[in-house]
Amino acid sequence: MSRRISIECAHAASLAVKLANVDVIAAYPITPQTHIVERLAEYVANGELDAEFINVESEHSAMSACIGASAAGARVYTSTAGQGLALMHEMLFIAAGNRLPIVMGVANRSLSPNLNIWGDHSDMMASRDCGWIQIYAENAQEVFDHTLQAFKIAEDERVLLPVAVCFDGFHVTHVIEPLLALEQEEVDRFLPKHRKAIYRLTPDQPSTWGPVSGPDIQTELKVQNEWALNSSKNVIYEVWREFGDLFGRYYAPLEAYKLDGADAAIIIAGGFAGTARVAVDKMREEGKKVGLIKLRLYRPFPIEEMKDMLSRVKAVAVVDRAISAGGLGGPVYGDIRNILYDEDDRPVVLSFIAGLGGRDITVKDFKNIGERALAAVAKGHSKHKVEFIQARL
Amino acid sequence: MNNLVDDKPTVKTLPIAGIIFTPGSAKRYNTGSFRSQRPVIDAKLCTKCGLCWVYCPDAAIFVNAAGMYEINLDYCKGCGICAEECARKAIKMVDEEEYG
Repeated sequence: MSRRISIECAHAASLAVKLANVDVIAAYPITPQTHIVERLAEYVANGELDAEFINVESEHSAMSACIGASAAGARVYTSTAGQGLALMHEMLFIAAGNRLPIVMGVANRSLSPNLNIWGDHSDMMASRDCGWIQIYAENAQEVFDHTLQAFKIAEDERVLLPVAVCFDGFHVTHVIEPLLALEQEEVDRFLPKHRKAIYRLTPDQPSTWGPVSGPDIQTELKVQNEWALNSSKNVIYEVWREFGDLFGRYYAPLEAYKLDGADAAIIIAGGFAGTARVAVDKMREEGKKVGLIKLRLYRPFPIEEMKDMLSRVKAVAVVDRAISAGGLGGPVYGDIRNILYDEDDRPVVLSFIAGLGGRDITVKDFKNIGERALAAVAKGHSKHKVEFIQARL
Repeated sequence: MNNLVDDKPTVKTLPIAGIIFTPGSAKRYNTGSFRSQRPVIDAKLCTKCGLCWVYCPDAAIFVNAAGMYEINLDYCKGCGICAEECARKAIKMVDEEEYG
């Protein structure tokens, strides 16, 4: 029987990892993720979690150790943020390319310079091509649920890919929220207590992982991994359905809020969707037909689902918490325009970049964004350039 | 001898993650093809001290049926360490071009 508790979101991740009965945790502390692994270290130290906790010397080593342990067949978890994620960058590709079902919590943090420990999405966005499944969580319940689901998705024979559960640094990680925490026996009905690794490093069946490969083989390997990432979508939806059937909470790649009859929509991933909803409520009260599309599954991108939702509106304001430097503006903005290009009926797409380095995005900001989107509907087009919200330009 | 890639695997037939499930498969890759020079042992000078065999980094020197030290040309990369270490200067490095 689930208990309703109050918990810091970071600790909700730790709790999920404990219930998932991981075998190995290799991690390096970095704000604002540290609370996750500190709590995990406590669990291991006091015997609540039977796992090997490897204190490594850097995030690069953390991911390397995770790769080794996962290749040997262990259920593995790590957690990082910002510079830490950047430091393990090359290893992220190895983890995905070697089809290792590692689960990682990413406490989305800004990338230096300057040394900013506060939240934005630039860390994961800078690594978005690494081949990992990427899911954005908004609150304690989602951090908890998605972390548990991540192990099941990752370890599925049809997937065998690592999963990053992303949540905004400080704005999500450090807040205390209510959580319906599943009991161990409930989790055990959903996730097997041990990982059943089909391919693993074992003396009984010697194998070579990631050998030297020339131009005559690399293409096939890269395409194989791309197909795997794209087809993982079906398994993700299946796992979400099963979770919903068991525990009553159903998840989808996109979450529409007051989108019915909306002329315009705001798109955003992560915790600030909460603030956006308040703004949407206010605008709706004022008769302004703006809705919200929350992006939960980022990679593989839910192309058909997004096209379907966007077909209902005439303008969309994409709010990115990161800049894709020298490109179109925001990374999600680029994805949206990309998938819409071939459509006959396209909404106007606006790019807003907000909340960098922990700067707040207020209800007023979202109202402003919503109104700009409505103005674009009226005009029928927008000669819109990337706009930085609340920036002293 | 052929490499595993000579099978020309497709995306579907390539083992998952490019993992090689055959142990010891490196043996199928004749690294001797790298060579630009090969060692030639002069039998008249060789005293069978075995130093060339000790020093070869690729274990590409062996003792043949006649008891003579012989180069395994499938794996010899022509690094020249054996010629350098030979106590009797019995080994010369000769350009591969001489052998066609």
